[in-house]
Amino acid sequence: MTDSPHVLVVGGGSTGTGIARDLAMRGLDVTLVERGNLTHGTTGRMHGLLHSGGRYAVSDQASATECIEENRVLRDIAAHCVEMTGGLFVQKPDDPDDYFQEKLDGCRECGIPAEELTADEAREIEPYLAKDIERAIKVPDGAIDPFRLCVANAASAQEYGARIETHAEVIDVLVESGEVVGVEVKHDSGPGKRVHRTPGSTEKIHADYVVNASGAWAGQIGEMAGVEVAVRPSKGVMTIMNTRQVDTVVNRCRPKGDADIIVPHETTAILGTTDEEVDDPDDYPEEQWEVDLMIDTLSELVPILKEARTIRSFWGVRPLYEPPGTGTTDPTDITRDFFLLDHDDRDDLPGMTSIVGGKFTTYRMMAEKISDHVCEQFGIDATCRTADEPLPGSEDFSVLRDYMDEFGLRSPIARRSVQRLGSRADEVLKTAEPNPVVCDCEAVTRAEIQDAIEQSGSDLNAVRIRTRASMGNCQGGFCCHRMANELYPEYGEPTAREALDELFQERWKGERHALWGEQLSQAMLNYALHATTMNRDGDPAATDEAVDFAAFDGGVVGVEESESGRSSATAADGGTVGDGQRGER
Amino acid sequence: MPIREDVVVVGGGLAGSVAALAAAETGASVRLVSYKKSTLRFASGLVDVLGYPNSDGPVSNPYAALSSLPDDHPYSLVGEEAIRDGLSLFDEVTGDGYRGGHTDANALIPTYGGTVKPTARYPDAAAAGVASDARPMLVVGFRSLTEFDARLVSDHLSAAGVPFDVRGAELSFPKEFRADAKITRFAKALDADEEVRFAGRSVGAREALAETVKPRLKRAERVGFPSMLGDDRAAEVRADLESHLGADVFEIPMGPPSLPGLRLEDALFSALDDAGVRISSGNPVVDWVGDGGRIAAVHVDRNGARVPYHADEFVLATGGLVGKGIDSDRDGVREPIFDSYVPHSSDRYNWFDENAFGEHPFAKFGVVVDDEMRVLDGDGDRQFANLRAAGAVVGGADGAAEKSSSGISLATGVVAGRGAGASI
Repeated sequence: MTDSPHVLVVGGGSTGTGIARDLAMRGLDVTLVERGNLTHGTTGRMHGLLHSGGRYAVSDQASATECIEENRVLRDIAAHCVEMTGGLFVQKPDDPDDYFQEKLDGCRECGIPAEELTADEAREIEPYLAKDIERAIKVPDGAIDPFRLCVANAASAQEYGARIETHAEVIDVLVESGEVVGVEVKHDSGPGKRVHRTPGSTEKIHADYVVNASGAWAGQIGEMAGVEVAVRPSKGVMTIMNTRQVDTVVNRCRPKGDADIIVPHETTAILGTTDEEVDDPDDYPEEQWEVDLMIDTLSELVPILKEARTIRSFWGVRPLYEPPGTGTTDPTDITRDFFLLDHDDRDDLPGMTSIVGGKFTTYRMMAEKISDHVCEQFGIDATCRTADEPLPGSEDFSVLRDYMDEFGLRSPIARRSVQRLGSRADEVLKTAEPNPVVCDCEAVTRAEIQDAIEQSGSDLNAVRIRTRASMGNCQGGFCCHRMANELYPEYGEPTAREALDELFQERWKGERHALWGEQLSQAMLNYALHATTMNRDGDPAATDEAVDFAAFDGGVVGVEESESGRSSATAADGGTVGDGQRGER
Repeated sequence: MPIREDVVVVGGGLAGSVAALAAAETGASVRLVSYKKSTLRFASGLVDVLGYPNSDGPVSNPYAALSSLPDDHPYSLVGEEAIRDGLSLFDEVTGDGYRGGHTDANALIPTYGGTVKPTARYPDAAAAGVASDARPMLVVGFRSLTEFDARLVSDHLSAAGVPFDVRGAELSFPKEFRADAKITRFAKALDADEEVRFAGRSVGAREALAETVKPRLKRAERVGFPSMLGDDRAAEVRADLESHLGADVFEIPMGPPSLPGLRLEDALFSALDDAGVRISSGNPVVDWVGDGGRIAAVHVDRNGARVPYHADEFVLATGGLVGKGIDSDRDGVREPIFDSYVPHSSDRYNWFDENAFGEHPFAKFGVVVDDEMRVLDGDGDRQFANLRAAGAVVGGADGAAEKSSSGISLATGVVAGRGAGASI
């Protein structure tokens, strides 16, 4: 079918899409395959922190320096994905003074703008900080939307000719004569955009070079090629609050520990995290104590968290890696640095390189380095331009225009849409059709949903990550089925129904970790709306057994309807009179 | 002068209203105390009795399925007669507004999710839509209403195997509202029959709507709309549309804000007025006083002041998790006014099922009662001599899965209200 690409990238997270974009911009023919949605793995399951580098300023100054450099780059090239909230490292009475000073010095040594604040000054920025905090360090931490960023990278790669294939799981790495020559993938519903209820197929994609950027799953891809990549997956929990209790990233200023960061993110705040090694990145326990730990420990920094409404929790798996023989036992001690494993050098298997370790904030730099490495294999001398060229959505986007009149949107909705879309706002929002709000919690309009469906097919989870629809307080209770309605008529009823079921279940999955108080009420309301009012759980269309309609009430028999003067013609047994006997009215 | 009544009912939803009416019928003086708007605005307005007992169904005869329910199910406690009594009280209250009383069989009513669901009583406005009627159907939606796509609903109904031809049409409402106008705005325009420009002339909204639909009618003998056909003058709006269209017109119940739910609330409150029930709304009951064995009064919080409402008998009808009659935090589940016993696992990860539509223990959370609806403590003894419960605050049934929520409210409401009145 298609020509063999030069490079096949495995993994649709930040690193994979970053590599695809970089290589495509340098003129290479690239195909990216991802087994789920873009961001399906680790990228879609992080707290959205754009590091200033402050976090690593004591323990790992090389990483800290990279972070602040990339922080500046991303503010520039991904403006529509970034909110520069600023960050605070806050000292509590039992947090060591020495460490506070080391942090301050470390930041300065790494070129991170850092300012010491008194407790009063810190509380002026964040009024909900605990009364007993002693002082704080202010750094340029920010929040970044990993979904939007990845989608923009993939879109840019596509603009440069790359093929982006989601829902394409690698089932084999093709090795011929001791060399990697491509991969075999299983398409969930045929190549291209995903369509529910269409049979899948497999495809062998031959490529001149394979980049394994599958993160925590790199070991599994390695195994298919017959090489060992000893990734150590480490899970961490994130708990989402329903409002922004803080508008600044708040970190606890102590050496290390679980539950030490709060990141304001869009309409929410995200509490993180734990760090615990797991055996299988696809199968690990998601436990109650982890959620409790987030709330209990972080409410020491921001006490109102104890009473606040939690909307869901999710877990991510870090692709930690350390060179063989280091023998670190505590995953928090494993370096966050990344490693480029050229399997030719390492395992005498030419044609493939794996990239492991690393962190989200420096994804672009990692992509640059591996792209340099790939270009070297091909003897191509092309310069990386990803630090200079804005991502789609962030080009020439300086002011939020008044979209209220222009697009007939109410101003807060227009503001949120335009923030999400950046420079694509014109293209997406200009529509002759009515553009009602589909998701009220996150103020997402039909035009945005339609734009996302155009990009990702009938996969409503992909629509969700592109638009934020169904990610607010109601967790989709009020909007999942509206999103499914938007699939019609391009996709038929069975497809829309299956897409709805899938999204509803996905939303439930994370919400069940927050089922107490307000969110339990919400869950019961959602359940009642979908089960009682819509009867989606007893849907006759979804069961094999036919309903005996004749056994049910066929309406009132023989009652004159005085207002219209007509009578119902339903038969007494609940059966009915056929069309032919009735004639036209 | 203290506020004193024979019976105080706490809660103003379906169960509380029915309990108050049943108590009033015994001759007792009754006061109904409600806090926020009732959850009827979230409810479809359909009155389900039992559609899926023990995950089987849909069953056509709810009464035939009662014996299969577990012993601690509210229906098993009150028995079939109480269900029938609850429904006949409901029929009295709603009069011509509701149908279904002519038969024991459930009706299958189209839902806005495109399915059909079994229900015992349905608003007159929904009557022409029953699924066991072979007349061809047209379903109409409006492009700006995101919660309802008529074409998808009609395809879904066909997939459910309904015994009639059904087509869907997405139209533009003849009057332009803002893109995200709510259902209530459409209803208001039809209630008032607002003048609109249509085909070059000025006509009422009802006629214009009918003319918009007419070209799509073809052979259809009944036309379904999302439930938006008027609020105060719904019957008149529907009759006007029917005479313009020459076809029956019906509404498909929708999610919140639900006009059928709000209309039902109006009907209940006017029946309460007629029955002489005093209503105090807008403030929450927060506490009680008494000697432990008996409740002497409940305390209503009015801007921080605690006002006692004295009575001989009390009925708790504050709703379940949605209505906040049952509350929870990370450590447990409780009934917040009387701290009545609510059975639940101490591990909150046992409160739910992994599957979105699985068997959720949280759906059954509620207080425990005996066959007279008296609230029991953890040992199975009466918590107070004079406290009964009704509706979703009573545990033991997953009304959403069974399609039994409204029937439980009616049956337990009648038993609790009548019992309270009879004890005076």
